[in-house]
Amino acid sequence: MSHQHHDKPAVGHEKVEVNVGLLAVLILLVVSVGGIVQIVPLFFMQDTTEPVDGLTPYTALQLEGRDIYIREGCNNCHSQMIRPFRAETERYGRYSVAGEFVWEHPFLWGSKRTGPDLARVGGRYSDEWHRIHLINPRDVVPESNMPGYPWLEHRELTGRYTERKLRTFQRLGVPYTEEDIAGAREAVMGKTEMEALIAYLQVLGTVIPLR
Amino acid sequence: MTTFWSWFVTIVTLANILGCLWLIRWTAKPRAGEAPVGETTGHTWDEGTLADLNNPMPRWWLWMFYGTIAFGLIYLTLYPGLGNYRGLLGWTQEGQWEREMEVAEQRYGPIFAAYAERSVRDLARDREALRVGRSLFASYCSQCHGSDAQGGMGFPNLTDGVWQWGGEPEQIMTTLMRGRQAVMPALGAVLGDDLDAVVEYVMSLSGAVPEPSDPAGRTAYMRACVACHGPEGKGNPLLGAPDLTNGVWLYGGSAGVIRQTIVQGRNGVMPAFADFLGEDRLHVLTAYVYSLSLDNGL
Repeated sequence: MSHQHHDKPAVGHEKVEVNVGLLAVLILLVVSVGGIVQIVPLFFMQDTTEPVDGLTPYTALQLEGRDIYIREGCNNCHSQMIRPFRAETERYGRYSVAGEFVWEHPFLWGSKRTGPDLARVGGRYSDEWHRIHLINPRDVVPESNMPGYPWLEHRELTGRYTERKLRTFQRLGVPYTEEDIAGAREAVMGKTEMEALIAYLQVLGTVIPLR
Repeated sequence: MTTFWSWFVTIVTLANILGCLWLIRWTAKPRAGEAPVGETTGHTWDEGTLADLNNPMPRWWLWMFYGTIAFGLIYLTLYPGLGNYRGLLGWTQEGQWEREMEVAEQRYGPIFAAYAERSVRDLARDREALRVGRSLFASYCSQCHGSDAQGGMGFPNLTDGVWQWGGEPEQIMTTLMRGRQAVMPALGAVLGDDLDAVVEYVMSLSGAVPEPSDPAGRTAYMRACVACHGPEGKGNPLLGAPDLTNGVWLYGGSAGVIRQTIVQGRNGVMPAFADFLGEDRLHVLTAYVYSLSLDNGL
């Protein structure tokens, strides 16, 4: 194999073809345009940075519940974003707006729905329903293909990291007070993971009326 | 979006599209010292059997590229994409949703309005109305009460004619509109040593066991349970206190479960649906629920 090079200086796009560093820089520039116009301005827009009226940060217990939601992979099958289509708003309630999610780190919007959307599941069912449903979904919905999570009932929260979790969220801009943080461990200690998860589910989407 | 960000988006977007156009024109321009079209550029490999020819872009590809640029510009003229510019069509996500809702309202609104004029008892015998009710029930109620409406442990069976909060149309409607909260307090400590006697007495009310000869159970019942369940155990639909004499058990009628119910208490919650579904649809749902325990052959 031999590669015969010509000695003429590179012209036009040939300059890019023979200079891999320049090629990389130009590619980066081109692919970042989409992000620059679609993502960057969102950090500075009121719609996407201001919380909706009445939004409150998760309580310590709800926040622990959220972490259990993530740990158990609930977001793999359940989205948390109601799109502005009638088919969705009839079933789940009012479509989601950006101001509901300003304190979510990370977002749990998701795009795959094996189960229903949970963005406004808060208050839709009783605590007891959630408890039975999480232990064995088929006890209340025989057609369900959701797995059971019976261990949540037996595992207790120690609250070991709860204060630090709230502190982290505070640094990310969630308005937790020092009082919230100081009482966080106390608030969750001894509660079961089931209680925490249900507390989280029951607050989802409740800040905006269903219609 | 502020004016700054609006212009930012507009300028970067348009510059990007026009930049693409410039790029394709610029690269296609013949240059001095370039190999003639169709000739090798001088790049050859593998003893000259592989050569890099200076061929123009295939025409179909080039036109497709121009096509995407034209599409982009037309799209950005018609739809909102350039900052605060609304687009000639005035399309918005919310507007699309509102139109969708309007169309549905025009189609279904009159149907529900017509049903709203008629009584629940009347609708409960209307096959078409019940079909609508069944579909609403499947979407919003079946998760707790089951798709066959027969409920489960802790979730009332709606087909057996036994009603915790009353089975008249107005009562069902109130249940659906405002929800219900039933509270059976934990009475283990109150009853103390009388617990087993009360369990036996409660079971005897529905004839599950013979009436106990020892009056301790009855005495304790009259002290701790009578306020809600009544002296005869008939319950009280105003409080959602179940009738203990009919042999229908929400949480189970075995001695063990009754004992657990008394010791730990129960909280039965029916969520409110007035805000979500509105009065007209709940009216039809009420008729459907009411019809479930009617023997009307539908």
